Amino acid sequence: MSSDIAVVAFAQTHHTGEDSGLSEVELLAPVITDVKEQTGLTRFGFTCSGSLDYLAGAPFSFVSALDAVGAWPPISESHVEMDAAWALYEAWVRLRHGDIDTALVYGFGKSSQVRRADGESGLPELMTLQLDPYYLAPLGLDQVSMAALQARAYLELGHKEDDLRAVAARSRAAGRANPYALDLPDPGDDDYEIAPLRPHDCAPVTDGAAVIVLATGDKARELCERPAWIRGADHRIEAHSLGARDLARSESAALAGEKAGVRDVEVAELHAQFSHEELILREALGLGDDVRVNPSGGPLAANPVMATGLIRVGEAAGWIHRGEAGRTLAHASYGPCLQSNLVCMMEA
Amino acid sequence: MGEACAVIGVGQTHYRSRRNDVSIAGLVREAALRALEDAGLTFKDIDAVVVGKAPDLFEGVMMPEAYLADALGARGKPMMRVHTAGSVGGSTALVAAGLVQGGVHDRVLVVAWEKQSESNATWALSTHPPLTPSLVVGAGGYFAPHIRAYMRRTGCPDHIGTLVAVKDRQNALKNPYAHLRIEGISREMVEATPMLWEPIRYLETCPSSDGAAAMVLASESAARQAPNPPAWVHGAAMRSEPIFFAGRDTVNPQAGKDCAADVYSQAGITDPRRDLDCAEVYVPFSWYEPMWLENLGFCGDGEGWKLTESGATALDGDIPWNASGGVLSSNPIGASGLIRFAEAAQQVRGLAGDHQVDGARRALGHAYGGGAQFYAMWVVGSARP
Repeated sequence: MSSDIAVVAFAQTHHTGEDSGLSEVELLAPVITDVKEQTGLTRFGFTCSGSLDYLAGAPFSFVSALDAVGAWPPISESHVEMDAAWALYEAWVRLRHGDIDTALVYGFGKSSQVRRADGESGLPELMTLQLDPYYLAPLGLDQVSMAALQARAYLELGHKEDDLRAVAARSRAAGRANPYALDLPDPGDDDYEIAPLRPHDCAPVTDGAAVIVLATGDKARELCERPAWIRGADHRIEAHSLGARDLARSESAALAGEKAGVRDVEVAELHAQFSHEELILREALGLGDDVRVNPSGGPLAANPVMATGLIRVGEAAGWIHRGEAGRTLAHASYGPCLQSNLVCMMEA
Repeated sequence: MGEACAVIGVGQTHYRSRRNDVSIAGLVREAALRALEDAGLTFKDIDAVVVGKAPDLFEGVMMPEAYLADALGARGKPMMRVHTAGSVGGSTALVAAGLVQGGVHDRVLVVAWEKQSESNATWALSTHPPLTPSLVVGAGGYFAPHIRAYMRRTGCPDHIGTLVAVKDRQNALKNPYAHLRIEGISREMVEATPMLWEPIRYLETCPSSDGAAAMVLASESAARQAPNPPAWVHGAAMRSEPIFFAGRDTVNPQAGKDCAADVYSQAGITDPRRDLDCAEVYVPFSWYEPMWLENLGFCGDGEGWKLTESGATALDGDIPWNASGGVLSSNPIGASGLIRFAEAAQQVRGLAGDHQVDGARRALGHAYGGGAQFYAMWVVGSARP
């Protein structure tokens, strides 16, 4: 059993707001090469990835992605049909067995491929297919409409739309300072996307990929000057039906945070795809005003679906790698209105 | 390997062409409740839920685990979804076992399923994305050339696939959950069915099934409290190789050999035919029995078909393969691998019913997927390793 496990390398694409003409394998290959060069490793004890067939519109989108890894001779490998933050969780569990000392984790998504007949993004409607197929999906409720229901529930606790705008403004400004995120202007006076959410409150359509290398104990110290040690990782899911939950709060995020041992966080990277989600998550995780939240710009500045959660881990680890923080938190989420939440606590 | 891990509960649904009597949630719950009953537990006792299924396009429900959280008692717990192509049922079991072996949880519920009647898997597998159109129809179209290459390479006679098709369906008659239960199944009956993908005849392929299978996996302390005998995990491994690498042998893939070598080494197995008592191996087209006999080291190269022909893999042979009837008799795709793992466990628990292999103490569970490139295997035993 090995419990000293750290993030030792991270790489991400320069994410784009439109199809750059690169395939998923072409997005991945340079970033996988990048972490191999960072660590000097060419083989890993375990490999795990996260992706979504529906973004590619074809089964087995992860099969061709394996070509970017160089899986010859054959490798020990697995895949989750979830955000790659859960692939990182699976790799973290695998490393705990103690018989291997490195793992490669990657995620990728080309949301730009999801288009409606009128040319607009079809991502919100695509997410409808994630709902209960008998009672919810036939209602046609899209992702933004569901998020708007949650935002409304949150505002009804006494919060203001300006609170949402402030989150969007800070995220977009931070994103402009992040060379990997999109270059989005300050929130303007756009009309509602779906009230109370305006376009800047919603994560942009983004293509991209991200890769992380995990290592144990002495191997981690050998590969990285300042490893980001994972001190706790946990994820929890709650009821699927929106009517069965208190949408203004996130019980599952609070529980995952408690199990992961959240305390004295200096920097937090939250997988908030809508402005209000950040505020709900801050409360659930007990993050005060002194915590720097989403200094990368977060998902509101770059949201390559299925890699977005993994990027949170990489960004939060980066503060420790650079020696700029001692304790950071990464969060990932999936399912309608933050149904499932993962928390990863890292220390220098 | 980490901490000890044991199977303490197994549950299966009856496999059918159409389970119109239940929703997807009802289907997975049926298997989960049977596994919990076997383990003497309720949903409350479970620490985490791991689910697996083949591509979401098969039912048209994207990331269905979000919707199934309630039906599987996962509220307030960790829930994960594994997807590794046809091997997914096996991989899902290994991810769940990994949570116990990694010391994270004591009792993990693992469920895999497919409700093929909700769509048409053959056409879901034959999509035409830009730049990479599929050149074949369905899995049979992909695998038939590999089978022809095997026959040419080994001189395997034409009737071997038929023998496996008959043997596995005879076994299925002893398994109350099996989908295809064909009274009086015979070589003549198989040979009279249409040729689908030369040399694969209709009755030499697996059916399209609705169904789910579940297991409860437990740590040593939790296994000691279980009411029924446990099946201990003696070895567990996954391997993958690229689909289009020109240097690979698609007939006898290296990833399968490496995965078997890894799992045998963990379990202390040097001669699988002698050291194992039975095997549940992913054989979706009958010809894959002789091919996998060689790939998994039960005999030398070119000898697999001779082993099949000799009757060694029959229920009364020295190394029974697919005593349950196998994938050829029940194929809810995403669950098919997990069923192999679960049936291997039932054999060493002595709970396999009419298809029990007498005195089985160690068994292999195997699954493969993609272009014969993804492998998941475990060896389970009646004794704690």
